[in-house]
Amino acid sequence: MNAIVETAWDPSQPIVALRDVHKSFGKLEVLKGISFDVMKGEVVCIIGPSGSGKSTLIRCVNALTPFDAGSIKVEGQEVNVAHLDKLALRKKVGIVFQQYNLFPHKTALENVMMAPVLVLKEPKDEVEARARALIRKVRLEGKEDSYPGELSGGQQQRVAIARSLAMRPDIMLFDEVTAALDPETVKEVLVTIRELAAEGMTCMLVTHEMGFAREIANHIYFTDRGVIVEHGPPATFFTEAKDPRTREFLSQIL
Amino acid sequence: MLQSIQDYFRALAETHPHWNFIYLYDPVQAARIGEGLVMTLELSVLCVLFSVVIGVVGAWLQGSHLTWVRRFVQGYIQFFRNTPPLIQLLFFYFALGQFTPTYSPDGWLEVPVISNVGWAVISLSFFAGAFNVEIFRAGIEAVPESTVEAADSLGMSRLQIYRYVLLPLAFRVSLPALNNNLVNLVKTTTQAIVIAVPELLYQLVSIYNDYSTAQNACMVLMFVVYVVLVGILVMGMSRWERRLRIPGYGG
Ligand SMILES: Nc1ncnc2c1ncn2[C@@H]1O[C@H](COP(=O)(O)OP(=O)(O)O)[C@@H](O)[C@H]1O
Ligand SMILES: [Mg+2]
Repeated sequence: MNAIVETAWDPSQPIVALRDVHKSFGKLEVLKGISFDVMKGEVVCIIGPSGSGKSTLIRCVNALTPFDAGSIKVEGQEVNVAHLDKLALRKKVGIVFQQYNLFPHKTALENVMMAPVLVLKEPKDEVEARARALIRKVRLEGKEDSYPGELSGGQQQRVAIARSLAMRPDIMLFDEVTAALDPETVKEVLVTIRELAAEGMTCMLVTHEMGFAREIANHIYFTDRGVIVEHGPPATFFTEAKDPRTREFLSQIL
Repeated sequence: MLQSIQDYFRALAETHPHWNFIYLYDPVQAARIGEGLVMTLELSVLCVLFSVVIGVVGAWLQGSHLTWVRRFVQGYIQFFRNTPPLIQLLFFYFALGQFTPTYSPDGWLEVPVISNVGWAVISLSFFAGAFNVEIFRAGIEAVPESTVEAADSLGMSRLQIYRYVLLPLAFRVSLPALNNNLVNLVKTTTQAIVIAVPELLYQLVSIYNDYSTAQNACMVLMFVVYVVLVGILVMGMSRWERRLRIPGYGG
């Protein structure tokens, strides 16, 4: 794969650029031409009713879901190509899921260490030091040797975030990472994401936490039935929504 | 002490001609049984190991994106699962054995490269391996797709995902079924007698062919040995199962 010379990406250009992205599952068209840009260090929130295609959209960015037409460029590299260098893409983009999806047979520390050791082939002691630091960062010191089954949902989710960060991604995707959590534990996960955003991590997050979106997002996109209905910076988005669908959604959720 | 036991069974054989425990007082017969026992253990251990390897590799191949690979594995499973192991042993040894090359260690006698013991190991390993493929595959299917997806999104390769995520989780699910199949395999090693593999049953049958009064005693020994042998296997497996148990996960 090294034979392909990577065109150097200019950081003043969008770190993620979506253009007219289309995706169907059989007859069901889930994404009907989605376009937007994410700049380095930006936090973008995607909101919208259930089934509107938010997960599908976010999964297209790291090629977990292949899409039919359009273009997604991550750091200038096209994702929608036949012989995609998936590994290169996955190193750049981390994802955290609603259901944490930790490896249940590995301790918290092992979960965080696994990919850097296997994929990046970094020395174990180096990875371990980094993994321990990450576990401290997500405030789970003392839980290094616990198995996922012994942790609360919020704790598992923070291990999942640490696991993703251990790969040193440039972009983090969060797909409703607090949706499965008890209200009390939602906060501890949001604190972690807020810190990440403050450090300048580029984040795309699907969320139903409107207060949180308003606080940390640079830009909010409202999707419904596969299209972006409305978008804007939080300052104006919540107060000046024009489309009736956006208004209805916001009135239900706020 | 030993002498008095031997004397007791020698006397018992005199008074009760159906209960001639000849192997307890005749060192020659005892040695035959020792050899048979070693062969049975050897056969069991080798077949268990190979059949598990076949199961692991076969389950991996079943996840291949190449249709012909999956079909081939499916064909293998159908053949070995749906035909009697006794026939498989005969077929491997007599039919395939004809076509395997021979060598001559002393420049005189031609010896086949694969002995009857070798064929028994191959045949029985493939027999049990076919079940193991299915057992592991069922275990793999029990692993949530989302767990695999998480590994995939971390950049792990297909082989790494299989080795470090799927297999360890599938194994835990598969252990009870694997247990049963391996017990069955150990018992099936007795069928190697049809291609004259000198395992325990072969030796015992030879003994009671020579000393017909020893027949009952030989059968009794057979039961005792297998109760102990399978008992050890089951104990080992359940200890392993306990060791693999993950805190806070599964039943
Ligand atoms: N793998 C799939 N196969 C078929 N349909 C799917 C698949 N994934 C999602 N869908 C469908 O696509 C639509 C959008 O799903 P999703 O992107 O998960 O929406 P959201 O995350 O906004 O709730 C839903 O109707 C869902 O049923
Ligand atoms: Mg979703």
